[in-house]
Amino acid sequence: MKKHCFALSLAVVLGAASILGGCSGKAGAQSEEAGELYVYNWGEYIDEEVIAMFEEETGIKVIYDMFETNEEMYPVIEAGGVTYDAVCPSDYMIQKMMENNLLAELNFDNIPNVSEIDPEYIERSKAFDPDNKYSVPYCWGTVGILYNTSMVAPEDIPTKWSDLWDEKFSGEILMQDSVRDAFMVALKSLGYSMNSTDEAQLTEAKELLVQQKPLVQAYVIDQVRDKMIGGEAAIGVIYSGEMLYIQEEVENLGLDYNLEYVIPEEGTNVWIDSWVIPANAKNKENAEKWIDFLCRPEIAKMNFEYITYPTPNKGAFELLDEELQNNKAVFPDLDSLENCEVFQFLGDEVDTIYNNLWKEVKSN
Amino acid sequence: MSKKLLSGPYLLWMIGFTIIPLALIVFYGLTDKEGVFTLENILAIATPEHRKALWLSLGLSLVSTVFCLVLAYPLAMILRKRNIGKGSFVVFIFILPMWMNFLLRTLAWQTLLEKNGVINGILSFLHLPAQSLINTPGAIILGMVYNFLPFMVLPIYNVLCKIDDNTINAAQDLGANFFQTLIRIWFPLSVPGIISGITMVFVPALTTFVISNLLGGSKILLIGNVIEQEFTRGSNWNLGSGLSLVLMIFILISMALIAKYDKNGEGTAF
Repeated sequence: MKKHCFALSLAVVLGAASILGGCSGKAGAQSEEAGELYVYNWGEYIDEEVIAMFEEETGIKVIYDMFETNEEMYPVIEAGGVTYDAVCPSDYMIQKMMENNLLAELNFDNIPNVSEIDPEYIERSKAFDPDNKYSVPYCWGTVGILYNTSMVAPEDIPTKWSDLWDEKFSGEILMQDSVRDAFMVALKSLGYSMNSTDEAQLTEAKELLVQQKPLVQAYVIDQVRDKMIGGEAAIGVIYSGEMLYIQEEVENLGLDYNLEYVIPEEGTNVWIDSWVIPANAKNKENAEKWIDFLCRPEIAKMNFEYITYPTPNKGAFELLDEELQNNKAVFPDLDSLENCEVFQFLGDEVDTIYNNLWKEVKSN
Repeated sequence: MSKKLLSGPYLLWMIGFTIIPLALIVFYGLTDKEGVFTLENILAIATPEHRKALWLSLGLSLVSTVFCLVLAYPLAMILRKRNIGKGSFVVFIFILPMWMNFLLRTLAWQTLLEKNGVINGILSFLHLPAQSLINTPGAIILGMVYNFLPFMVLPIYNVLCKIDDNTINAAQDLGANFFQTLIRIWFPLSVPGIISGITMVFVPALTTFVISNLLGGSKILLIGNVIEQEFTRGSNWNLGSGLSLVLMIFILISMALIAKYDKNGEGTAF
C-alpha cells in the first residue's frame, strides 16, 4: 500500500511541476508529420467557421489555443514547452519577441495574398518590425475619446486629450486602467511621444495624471463600454474596436442619447495585431499557408464581421457595405492619424519606471 | 498503518497546495530577477506609495472589522435567545447569500451604488439630491462589511450558544443589571469567538483587491491591489512576493492572538 501512496504523491508532484513549468503539455505531444498547425491567438479573435474552412481546404489539422494578454503569451513562447506555429501578438510585443530572437523570418513567396494588405499598415508596422520581415497585420485600431451627446454641451465636445482635464467633466471621466494607455493620454496631451523614455517627460506626465485624478470617476478597462452605454459617465477613453458594438447597442436599446467617437488632435495610439511565426515553429510552411488564407479578402471580411475590429485588408474593405466603409469611428480618415504612433517595446528597465510612476498616480 | 494512510491525501494536499506555494513565495520574495538573494523586495514596503497603500488597507480593514463586530454581537445574542429550531433557521437565512458567488454579490453593490443605480433612482424618485456613493472609501468599507459579516457572526454565535443559561441567571439573581451582565459575563465568556471573528474579518479585508477594484473604481490603491498588479501587470513577481511576505507578518500576529485566546479551538466558525 505504501508503494501506491508513493506513486500517487509522485504523480501529484509531477503534475504540480508541469504546471509550474509553464503549462507544458497544453497542446499535447508534438507530431513530427506535416499536416498540423498550432495556432495561438487572442480570445474571440477569429470567426471559428474560418478555422473549419481552412482545415477542409488544406487538410491541415488546426490546434487552436487562446491567450488573454500579450504578457501571458510571451512566457509560453519563450519557454518553448509547446511550440506554436502561428501567433498573433500586438505591435510592441512583436518587437520584444523579435529582439529576443523568438521569431522566424516569413517567406513571402508562400504568402502572395499579403498584397491585399493596405500598404499604409505595412508602413506603420515598421515601427516595430523595421524591415517588414516578421509580421503580417491582422487587425488594427485607434484609442480615442467617447462622449455622450446628451451630457456634453455642443460647445464642450472634446477634440483633444487635454479636454480630459476640463473641470466641467469632474466625476464624469472614465480613464483606461492600464499603464501605457494612461501615460499615452498624458504624454500626447503634453506633445511628447507616447514611446518616451525620458524620465523628466514621464514625471511631467505623471504629475498631469495626478492632477486629473480628482476629476476621474473610475479607472476601468472593459467596463468603459458598458458604463458609457448605461449613461454612467459623460466621456471615456476607449478602443475603437468597441464602436460597432456600441452603435448597435445604442440602437437596440433605443437610448435617447448617442455616443460619439473622437480621435484627439494631438494624435493617439494606433495599435496593430499581426501574425508572426515563432523561431521554433515545427510547421512553418503550414503557418504561412494559414497567414495567406487569412489575408484572402473574403476570409478577412468574415473575420471583420465577427471581431468588428478594423481590418487592414483593403480587399476585404472593398467588399463591405458603403455605410460601413464610411463609418469614421471604425475606419477613420488616414489624415486624422497624422500624429499617431504605434507602441514600441521600451525595455524592461523603462517598463519598471512606467509601472512605478503609475503606482504613484494610483496611490495619490 | 491505516491511520497513516488516511492522512495521506491531506498531507499531499498540504504539501502541494500550501507548503510548496509558500516556499515559492519566500523564494521569490527574497531574490531579485536574477535569483540573487536580496532584502530589497521586503524593504520596498517603505516607499511612500507602498506605505500609503498599507496604511490605507490597515485603516479600512480596521474600520470594517469594528463595524462587523458592532453589528454582529447583538445579532449573535438575538440568535442565541431564540431556541435552537428557530435560531438555526435564522442562521440559515443569514448564510444563504453566501451560497452566491462573492464577485456577483459585490457586482450587485456596484449596480446599487452607481450614479444611475438603484439607490440614486430611489432618491431622485423622492426628489432628494443624488449622492456619489461608488468609488469612495465608504463604498469599500460597505463592501467589506457586507461580505465579511457572516464570518464575524458565526464564531460569536457559536461561543454564545455554549454559555450556560444558569450563568446568566445567576448574575441577574445577584442583582447585576443588563450592562453589568454584558460586560462582566457575556464579553469575557465570548472572547474566543470575538477574537476568531476579528481575525476572520480582518485578514481577508486587509488582503482584498477585488472589493477595492469593483467598488473603488481602481482609484483607491490598497496593498492587495499593489501585490495583484505586480503579479499580473508589472510582472515583477519578486516584488509582489516580498510585499506578500510583509503582509504575512500581520496575519501571523492575528494567528498568535488566536492561539493565545482560543486554546480549545471553540471559536471556530463551523
